[in-house]
Amino acid sequence: MNAFAQSSAASPSAWKIDAVFLFIAGVSLFFFLLVEGMLIYFAIRYRRRKGAEEGATSEVRGNFILEVVWILVPSLAVLAFFIYGYVVYRDVTSPQPGSSDINVVTGQFVYEFKYPDGRATMDELRLPVGKPVKLIMTSRDVIHGFFIPDYRIKQDILPGRYTYLYLQPDKEGTFDIYCTQYCGVGHSTMRAKLIVMPPDAYAAWKSQGEGAKTAMSITEKGKALMEKFGCLGCHSTDGSVKVGPSFKGLYGREKHLEGGKEVTADEQYIRESIFDPGAKVVKGFPNVMPTYKGSMTDDDVAAIIAHIKTLN
Amino acid sequence: MTENTADGKALSGNGRSRGYLEEKGFRSWALTLDHKRIGALYLYTTLFFFLLGGIFALLMRIKLMYPGQQIFSDQTYNVLFTLHGSVMIFLFIIPAIPSGMGNFFIPLLIGARDVAFPRINLASYWIFVAGIIVIMGSLLRPMDTGWTFYTPYSAKTAANVTLLSFGIFLIGMSSILTGLNFIVTIHKLRAPGMTWHRLPLFIWGMYATSIIQVVATPVVGITFLLLAMERLFGVGFFDPAKGGDPLLFQHFFWFYSHPVVYVMILPAMGIISEVIPVFSRKPIFGYKAIAYSSLAIAFIGFFVWGHHMFVSGMSKTASIIFSFLTFFVAVPTAVKVFNWIATMYKGSITFESPMLYALTFIFLFTFGGLTGMFLGALATNIHLHDTYFIVAHFHYTMVGGTVVGFLAGLHYWFPKMTGRMLSEKMARWGWLLTFIGFNVTFLVQFYLGYKGMPRRWAEYPPQYQSLNIVSTVGSWIMAGGILIMVSNFIHGFFRGDPAPSNPWKGLTLEWQTASPPPTENFETIPVVTDWPYAYAKRKTTGDG
Repeated sequence: MNAFAQSSAASPSAWKIDAVFLFIAGVSLFFFLLVEGMLIYFAIRYRRRKGAEEGATSEVRGNFILEVVWILVPSLAVLAFFIYGYVVYRDVTSPQPGSSDINVVTGQFVYEFKYPDGRATMDELRLPVGKPVKLIMTSRDVIHGFFIPDYRIKQDILPGRYTYLYLQPDKEGTFDIYCTQYCGVGHSTMRAKLIVMPPDAYAAWKSQGEGAKTAMSITEKGKALMEKFGCLGCHSTDGSVKVGPSFKGLYGREKHLEGGKEVTADEQYIRESIFDPGAKVVKGFPNVMPTYKGSMTDDDVAAIIAHIKTLN
Repeated sequence: MTENTADGKALSGNGRSRGYLEEKGFRSWALTLDHKRIGALYLYTTLFFFLLGGIFALLMRIKLMYPGQQIFSDQTYNVLFTLHGSVMIFLFIIPAIPSGMGNFFIPLLIGARDVAFPRINLASYWIFVAGIIVIMGSLLRPMDTGWTFYTPYSAKTAANVTLLSFGIFLIGMSSILTGLNFIVTIHKLRAPGMTWHRLPLFIWGMYATSIIQVVATPVVGITFLLLAMERLFGVGFFDPAKGGDPLLFQHFFWFYSHPVVYVMILPAMGIISEVIPVFSRKPIFGYKAIAYSSLAIAFIGFFVWGHHMFVSGMSKTASIIFSFLTFFVAVPTAVKVFNWIATMYKGSITFESPMLYALTFIFLFTFGGLTGMFLGALATNIHLHDTYFIVAHFHYTMVGGTVVGFLAGLHYWFPKMTGRMLSEKMARWGWLLTFIGFNVTFLVQFYLGYKGMPRRWAEYPPQYQSLNIVSTVGSWIMAGGILIMVSNFIHGFFRGDPAPSNPWKGLTLEWQTASPPPTENFETIPVVTDWPYAYAKRKTTGDG
């Protein structure tokens, strides 16, 4: 049976999540055997035999201690499930140190991958083995999903905002990527491949053929766009304060907002500030920036964000 | 078989009386104010849609037998899974037990002559029918969004989403009216002496259900109105291209659709709480624990909707809180299961078809509940979400739980509703095939999901084929079981042996009147002096 033959855990996320799966499976199996065992045993042991008179049965209507026990014991079990599940979730949904960024843009029914050096591939994500990656994902139309069964992780991809997925490609090979959110007639054929390559093969692919560099790198593009759209009139890149906050060291910093809230300046925040500048204004700055919705494309914004990250 | 009228306490007339079924003719049904007739109308309607939804499911399984199947197109499959989900949930599971059996049995079980507002009750049935007609109208350009209507896809597709959502809006209105009616009925029309702690547990389940319907249903109604406004007038609530937020729709939708899961399961648990003590000849164990756990489930159920959205892009903090709360719905559910099993301890158990279905409920629902642990835990959820693991899990809880509980109720109350007995032999065959077929169909789907096969897939890579064939064959076995069961209902209805007033020797009030009950239910309203579970034959104390 083909499905059984595939041994498929191919990333630290898969090993960790499989461990949670086995833990829950073990504890659940205990409760399963206990409950179904008692059910079947009582059904057989206390059956009324054919032709027999209705037997005497007990008048007992309940037992307080028992109720307390079977409230507490399952509570402890589910608490353990929650904690273990939470700890591993936090781990596999957090950025790995030294990870590089790849932008993912989806539309009905394709995945487009945009690498830092400006290249793009369709329905095929190539990564060198051993280098962690952060996927910054958005959709052009409806909600799509991004699921790598062999990594045990998935994330929906939304139009109008970024979602993230963190990959640790620790094993070479070709792995399936499936769309998991119904997105129209072609949903079930919206599939891509993750190809994890040895570093030298990856370098060779990068420098030649289909992967050859065709455009300026994404950060160069971001720099050019900043100049073109006049961002630098109000935002400095050296830390000095102009009309708006400086881009230097902006990415990843905690920002105090007008109204007392705080926000981390991640991709989502920067994107929102470009398209809807008045939504979250940094404390001490005037709300004067115009929206760039309609004039900048999603690709432009992704490039600008990539460039801002280099200013840290 | 002779008619047995000797054991009825409050039998009015002889067993030959057709009771509330006496009057004939279209008007006598269409304009009836009798809760039993309205309940029967709901049951006929919902059973029809159960079979229709089942046919959709069989067609889906045929499509999935092998990859590249072209008996019908991918788009037809997408429409089929949407119709299967919508019909089964909105036209069968949600109304079947609450509106069907609830209408028929709440007044009988609490010793009332009718519900509090018989005219509203009739209106709610016809609003339900109006909703069905509107939904059927949407089939001209059938929907393919799935029963979850996620935006922005549902706001953009050319299919008739607006019409379908308006139909569901009407059905929701009908649910709200029925829920209100039941709450007032249970508060005001209990027979003398029937204190809250003498209420049958089915009534407790229905009470909790009605509260959920009244509180949660308006939210889905409003959500569908917003969706209609977005589609008709271009108001951007949910489409980011118009400044909306697609996640807002998911929050609204699950704020209703998660609590409604308990609208489906709580009444079924109520039925199980009635059947187990009758066929074990023992008092129900832990009455208060079972009663209050229904309320606890209804209450906690309002705070866990986010567990449908762990991978949606919702904030991580929200995911963590929802995961924590989700696990604590499991506790009152486990309490019920333990109490049912404790009820069987040292009983004198017989295995007529209602009991077979009740035991099946405990067996399958326990399995469904435990597989839910993998989905409540965040780490495993991000692997299993939106795969066949989810499909298998909710079919174990919704079919293995609610539908099996509903069938337990149908077999248990069939003699009371129709005045005729079912063939026990056919009932057992139907049960056996349904049980085997169900497990063959859905057990393998857990593994398919673990191996990564997403749900709502018209096509799949060849490595998933072998288990899909098993699942499809299982669906045929199950269909055979349902077919035998339905034949048994039809045969029993027209040709079944006349039923005595109390064939299972139950102590709840519906068994203390004729089968079928007269229009006014009871000749004189009974006075209640004890709880309804005093089944022990010989009193012993300090045992167990």
